[in-house]
Amino acid sequence: MTLAAEIDHNGTSPEKLLAPVLSAFWDQPDSWTLDTYRRHEGYEGLRKALAMAPDDLIAYVKDSGLRGRGGAGFPTGMKWQFIPQGDGKPHYLVVNADESEPGTCKDIPLLFANPHSLIEGIVIACYAIRSSHAFIYLRGEVVPVLRRLHEAVREAYEAGYLGTNILGSGLDLELTVHAGAGAYICGEETALLDSLEGRRGQPRLRPPFPAVAGLYACPTVVNNVESIASVPAILNKGKDWFKSMGSEKSPGFTLYSLSGHVTSPGQYEAPLGITLRQLLDMSGGMRAGHRLKFWTPGGSSTPMFTEEHLDVPLDYEGVGAAGSMLGTKALQCFDETTCVVRAVTRWTEFYAHESCGKCTPCREGTYWLVQLLRDIEAGKGEMADLDKLNDIADNINGKSFCALGDGAASPIFSSLKYFREEYEQHITGKGCPFDPARSTAWADDKNTDGKNAHRGVNA
Amino acid sequence: MTTSRQDVSLGMPQLPATPYPAEVRARLDADAKEVLARYPGSRSALLPLLHLVQSEEGYVSRTGMAFCAETLDLTTAEVTAVATFYSMYRRRPSGDYQVGVCTNTLCAVMGGDAIFDTLKEHLGVGNNETTEDGKVTLEHIECNAACDFAPVVMVNWEFFDNQTPESATRLVDDLIAGRTVEPTRGAPLCSYKETARILAGFPDERPGAVEATGGAGPASLIGLKLAKGEALPKARVVSPRAGQPRDAQPHDPSPSEHLSSHDAPQQTSASDPEHPAGPAAEEGE
Repeated sequence: MTLAAEIDHNGTSPEKLLAPVLSAFWDQPDSWTLDTYRRHEGYEGLRKALAMAPDDLIAYVKDSGLRGRGGAGFPTGMKWQFIPQGDGKPHYLVVNADESEPGTCKDIPLLFANPHSLIEGIVIACYAIRSSHAFIYLRGEVVPVLRRLHEAVREAYEAGYLGTNILGSGLDLELTVHAGAGAYICGEETALLDSLEGRRGQPRLRPPFPAVAGLYACPTVVNNVESIASVPAILNKGKDWFKSMGSEKSPGFTLYSLSGHVTSPGQYEAPLGITLRQLLDMSGGMRAGHRLKFWTPGGSSTPMFTEEHLDVPLDYEGVGAAGSMLGTKALQCFDETTCVVRAVTRWTEFYAHESCGKCTPCREGTYWLVQLLRDIEAGKGEMADLDKLNDIADNINGKSFCALGDGAASPIFSSLKYFREEYEQHITGKGCPFDPARSTAWADDKNTDGKNAHRGVNA
Repeated sequence: MTTSRQDVSLGMPQLPATPYPAEVRARLDADAKEVLARYPGSRSALLPLLHLVQSEEGYVSRTGMAFCAETLDLTTAEVTAVATFYSMYRRRPSGDYQVGVCTNTLCAVMGGDAIFDTLKEHLGVGNNETTEDGKVTLEHIECNAACDFAPVVMVNWEFFDNQTPESATRLVDDLIAGRTVEPTRGAPLCSYKETARILAGFPDERPGAVEATGGAGPASLIGLKLAKGEALPKARVVSPRAGQPRDAQPHDPSPSEHLSSHDAPQQTSASDPEHPAGPAAEEGE
């Protein structure tokens, strides 16, 4: 990675590499309103969907190849197809807007700037799966987004996109916006359902899967915000248009969230398969004078990458083949001033804090990981602790009740794989060789007197 | 927190919570009816109802939990189990403004730790503690889905993006002095109780609240601008609050001090004779 990469480094311009769809009119005045949405072909996809038979609609979304944008990448159309039809039970759509994975910041700006894309997607999905009641489970800590969702839902009811006999189709649909109350675990789909039923958010044993016994033990589809919000454009512009982007197995566009020690953190909507190098090249690279050290492809639960992975195509297959997961496309970039032990310790403290307590490997394992990591970071660790870390992580990974336990093990395994030496330095040097002041957003500001910048042991 | 005699567990079961006064109860009953109507199953209303009782008293009291239990035909134990699981429900009276500094890895590294340390020192309070005037409760929070605006501070769950120790200090000073404070993304601040009411599902009725601070934040638009062939923004996004000169403040956190130290086992009455109340008594007020 060059220090401050030049635009067009690869001979490809950002205009060609990026593909704003969901974010296409975020810069327009009042982008969150129904009026603005309609001016940008809003609710046109819904009209096309309502002209199709529900089963054909499911097949169409399946054929488009749209895969879940919440982390796991499961084909969206297939989730819809799993709902048993003609079973006489109510069906539910629950949108997972509990965006809490560290580093992930795509659904919240999407809902803040363009909430109607989600609502249109919800109506289309409910028509397909024959649901007459949908829920948006929004994490509670984002009141500005909640306000806009309340307003967008009100507008949609008023305009006849929600309620009874939607656009004369005979479809009736109620949409409830539900605010969570602070619990990372509720992003796990079955924990989310328990939470929505008014219980502690703890995951359920599967099977039965939500498609068979979900909310109130009825067939339920749980989809991520971005997955559902992508559906209207697919209907409006066609599945072939959608498939013209990305790769065969990972088609379409998606939001990449660049954050950390980069020149231009923000949202970059592009076809699946773009690389971090391309994103950095077009956006000014890492902050001036610094090098990329490690990064996550999709949030803290996806094994970290280093400089050597800059050219990994950021799609489901590409990231998987390189030993991580695409996850939520949360590209958290850290430069050479960052202590990897500090970063992993903090993530692990997060997992310990957020462990729901249901299963022993995660509840106890994350606790003991934190104890070991704190000691190592403070220079009180022993070499044997490194193997112990690995061993405890191994006892969480694949042995915990839900995938969040596996997520807690990822930063441990991957950091030990790429940065074992740095852990050892903390132990042999009896302390952290990094100065946290050098990592801050303002560390290189010219108007500081530089006092902060040169106090590190390793500076 | 002072320890009163009542906190000492003598093995006696707690008396039932005092009910709400009749007029409060009537008002909450009407609200609760509205909340219940949103759900096919009544128990689904529990989280919004806990937000609702929090909007009444600023925290979830035993009275509030008893109200939820009665409304939903649950036991108080069932309600307590839920109320204590979620971090947004406060279990004791707190400040009008909840100032949450993100100290998850990315924000922490980008300066969240320095901001949190500065505020602790400036306000003279620790994590989850309230200033003596009852205005500000300081806490460190987990990732709030705004990493491209790091470091992030939330006040009553409105976004204050791209903060510095200096901007955050001015922010809390303004809150304490009662000056108007506007978030970078979100509506002009309302009180913690009013925020809780929105969370219970009652839309913010204040004129201009929905459109306040406009559309997407600057970082959200960077990719779009590049795709349109617009020039790359020269400087990184800096909040207006960060514009003023700052004092050079040496920052030297000891590696042994950890923000999440509250996750360590708490001292119990057995190990801490200063605080004889065990976890059972902590549940009460």
